[in-house]
Amino acid sequence: MALEVNGKTFETDEEGYLANLNEWEPDLANAMAKVDGAELTENHWQVINFLREYYEEYQIAPAVRVLTKAIGKKLGKDKGNSKYLYELFPYGPAKQACKYAGLPKPTGCV
Amino acid sequence: MSTTKKFLYVNRKAPYGTIYALESLEVVLIGAAFEQDVSLAFIDDGVYELTKGQDTKDIGMKNFSPTYSALGDFDVSKIYIEKESLEARGLTLDDLLDLKYEDEDDDYAEKDSIHVVSRDELADIMDEQDVVLSF
Repeated sequence: MALEVNGKTFETDEEGYLANLNEWEPDLANAMAKVDGAELTENHWQVINFLREYYEEYQIAPAVRVLTKAIGKKLGKDKGNSKYLYELFPYGPAKQACKYAGLPKPTGCV
Repeated sequence: MSTTKKFLYVNRKAPYGTIYALESLEVVLIGAAFEQDVSLAFIDDGVYELTKGQDTKDIGMKNFSPTYSALGDFDVSKIYIEKESLEARGLTLDDLLDLKYEDEDDDYAEKDSIHVVSRDELADIMDEQDVVLSF
């Protein structure tokens, strides 16, 4: 599979995850969201940016617990819970947010 | 209520050259989601898996050693290194990654995950386990 954004072609796997992590750019995330019928807001971007930073450091997507805690720290306690994250990413915060962030499908996610 | 079992993952091989080290790490991370009592042991050449400054540029494999630092985030905080294996390779604790975890029961204080133990102590730790998986 492939996705066309700004005249560039991005290879993805059969589930829509970006094949080459280094090709990622913000407009690609917007395009992926559009495919899912979603629009990315500032709140989405905070999660996506956190995932990218975490992956950069540890070469792996964070545990959901780590993600919720980090979001709670950044956005306030009322948002540091899985209900909030599922509202942002109804297909599952780990799977959907990692996809938009250009990361591989998280380990242990079916 | 589910029962919690004690799982020990034993790592015996050098990080690259075979897929064992990476596979073990992936199984540990997947298993961490099931909230079991998880420990890791590093024996023989397995102690090399935790060495600092790994550089895989010339062997065309991904350097996955930064991922060990994420283990604390996955509630894996018991990492045992066999003292004899470390010494036989001329290594000390200073050659290894500085792995930490936050202790929830102690106001999230940062603590060391790595414990250097003797062969005898490790035998006792193995004895206490419900499941031992060797890689």
